Amino acid sequence: MHDNEHTEHHHEESFLSKYIFSLDHKMIGKQFLIYGLIMFFLGGGLALLFRWQLAYPERPLPIIGASEQYMEEGEVVTGADEMWERIYESEKEEWLEVNMPNGVVEPAFYNMLFTMHATVMVFFVVVPLLVGAFGNFLIPLMIGTRDMAFPILNMLSFWFAVLAAIIMVVGFFVPGGHAAAGWTGYTPLSADPQWTGVGSGQILWGLSLFVQGLSSLVGSINYITTIINMRAPGMTFFRMPLVIWSLFIVAILLLLAFPVLSSAIVLLVFDRLAGTTFFTATAEGGGDPLLWQHLFWFFGHPEVYILILPGMGIASELIPVFSRKPIFGYRSMVYAMIAIAFLGWVVWGHHMFQSGMRPGMGSIFMTTTMLIAVPSAIKTFNWLGTMFRGSIRFTTPMLHGIVFVSMFVIGGLSGIYMANTPVDIYFHDTYYIVAHIHYVVFGGSLFAIFGGIIFWFPKMYGRYMNDTLSKIHFWLTFIAFNCTFFPMHILGVGGHMRRISNPLQYEFLQQFEGMNIFITMSAFTLGFAQLILVFNFFWSIYKGKVAEQNPWHVNTLEWEAPTPVPHGNFDQIPTVYRGPYEYSVPGEESDWIPQTQPEHAPATGGD
Amino acid sequence: MLPWLPENISTYGQGVDNLFYAIFYITITVLILVMATLIVFLIKYRYQEGKKATYIEGSTTLEIVWTAATTVIVFVLAMFSYPQWNNIKSPTHFPENPDVVVQVSGKQFNWDMTYPGPDNEFETDDDLTLENELHVPINSVVHIRLTSIDVIHSFFVRELRLKQDALPNRFIDVWFEAIKAGRYEIPCAELCGFGHSGMLGYLNVHTQADYDAWVQERWPQ
Repeated sequence: MHDNEHTEHHHEESFLSKYIFSLDHKMIGKQFLIYGLIMFFLGGGLALLFRWQLAYPERPLPIIGASEQYMEEGEVVTGADEMWERIYESEKEEWLEVNMPNGVVEPAFYNMLFTMHATVMVFFVVVPLLVGAFGNFLIPLMIGTRDMAFPILNMLSFWFAVLAAIIMVVGFFVPGGHAAAGWTGYTPLSADPQWTGVGSGQILWGLSLFVQGLSSLVGSINYITTIINMRAPGMTFFRMPLVIWSLFIVAILLLLAFPVLSSAIVLLVFDRLAGTTFFTATAEGGGDPLLWQHLFWFFGHPEVYILILPGMGIASELIPVFSRKPIFGYRSMVYAMIAIAFLGWVVWGHHMFQSGMRPGMGSIFMTTTMLIAVPSAIKTFNWLGTMFRGSIRFTTPMLHGIVFVSMFVIGGLSGIYMANTPVDIYFHDTYYIVAHIHYVVFGGSLFAIFGGIIFWFPKMYGRYMNDTLSKIHFWLTFIAFNCTFFPMHILGVGGHMRRISNPLQYEFLQQFEGMNIFITMSAFTLGFAQLILVFNFFWSIYKGKVAEQNPWHVNTLEWEAPTPVPHGNFDQIPTVYRGPYEYSVPGEESDWIPQTQPEHAPATGGD
Repeated sequence: MLPWLPENISTYGQGVDNLFYAIFYITITVLILVMATLIVFLIKYRYQEGKKATYIEGSTTLEIVWTAATTVIVFVLAMFSYPQWNNIKSPTHFPENPDVVVQVSGKQFNWDMTYPGPDNEFETDDDLTLENELHVPINSVVHIRLTSIDVIHSFFVRELRLKQDALPNRFIDVWFEAIKAGRYEIPCAELCGFGHSGMLGYLNVHTQADYDAWVQERWPQ
């Protein structure tokens, strides 16, 4: 490739081309990172609103809601009361008045809140952070190349994502409110405005995901091409770090899965706007509501693995580095990820056991689904094997890596209950599944993301994040996370349905009122703990302790590049002589050997 | 977590519960073993001055052991699950000649329970439709013809261990046999719109004598 002429491009770039319409993979990665963190607050805020309603149904929210006295006597006591008075006096219908009269979350608004919480978290937080931020930043650096194969496509991928986010946010303010049919958008509920009262919100939801699909599409083409074609000399596939393997596999999944959702969304929009009946059955015939579920989950299940595989990849970087040991069973880790990706295509029916799909299909999907336990177990045992007889450093990124493994184990084991068809009859659509998904995606992916951010921050910004703040954030998040989501298993065993706005309407859920209040309080703690992370992140960009080139003594190539990493990444394209996890090699002085060190030269530890 | 599981009142519910217990004990054992190992490793192999990590790249034997062990557990579990599932959900495995047949139809935001009446035929004059109240006799096989007139709903009775989505323009058959009299809640378990929360019917399981009296009252002869 055009390696050598590249380094000479040291012209000054304008602010616009450096920070906004950047073609540099590192800047695009950072853009995705900040984008994901901003959307993280939107998604989390929505969750806190509906958590309040679940704990204290039909009571006004604190601070922004009306006071008890105002509710009873109409007497203004607090500043919020005054605000509500003003809103009610004004002629035009205010957004707040429609959705949250007196500060109470209305049932229709509640449906919109959890729909958008999941949509935002899945499509605008976890995927952009894992795939957009880490994928962009790490792939060229870790395989030893100067940039992505298609920098312009890369930039487009980010700006498509921004466009999608703008469309998604606009949806909150259209008449009828935003989509409220669940993030899964089950038809016929989502296919006709008469069932929900939601008008263009559902269309904007679809349009936004369609645009987000374009972003994923160009991004994944870029990743796949880059990884196949642009690896440094000596960087064979089986010398690639596992995080690159995970991103490679995820890019293939995204490339194949997302178009299915995009096509389904187009059909859904036809149903709403053009009078077609792809997803609604009429007496005269027409389509089938189950078709949507098949299409959605044919995309949706690979999507679930898109949400966790890069987390596994990040954990597989953190654990060997801080155990000062090679990853246990490198190849079986790769094969396990490939197995998960393949199985991901033949398990979608497990979301539909109780949907009316033929029961015989249920048995088949149960078998394929339970098989996923096998590669998951392989990965877990290999992480444990990596720590076995290691020399474990409890740095903050390592703490996140350890929590990733343990939370992933809980999330994986709780999945077996729903994979088992007879037991799923009971657990389907209860809080058990809510607990399961959050243990995998929050306990798993988000902890990996936090750990990854702290780990690669010195390479991204040339400084450390403040370790005290990181540790406070870690412990608060870890405790509050478990207090929030572990009790949901119990709610699930008690049969507590998900997606109901007021549990107190049911006799058998009265007993869970206290638990719901506890969960809500923990959720608020969890939410506010994230402010520490964001403060720490932005503060450390400017004020953090300056970091050396390779502060954690890591073998992989990104740490060979100078800090801050210049345009073009490397002074000279590195040559790779060994695998990425050569730690504590017997007979060597240093306990780490960079991938660039020739086989027969004495180890210097890069110092 | 076990005490929170509500009492089972259906003939097949015990089978579901047994599978639940089996999975519970398997997963809790695995969880404890993994967590204990993790904690031991974290303490024993923490960084200590002058102690180096041991270079281990992996172990093919161990990989084969845990791959095989997991596969076996998974298949054994699956083997025990197929018959339970078919028993509850496959119409070909249902007990024949039901004592009672009821059509349950979901609509925003109620359950319509339609009885065929003495002639045992739907859509005749002696049909009876009740809103949100389902009456069945104890120890009798009940067939439910589940459907919906608008969006997808889900018929859920915790105590029966029964859940099934109701789809528009489709009739899905489910069955149960209740073994304990009482009044049980039938929430909707699938998001069906702004009134989803609070969409609630009741299953009334009567003793045979009470049920006969109820029938007599509804269809006097």
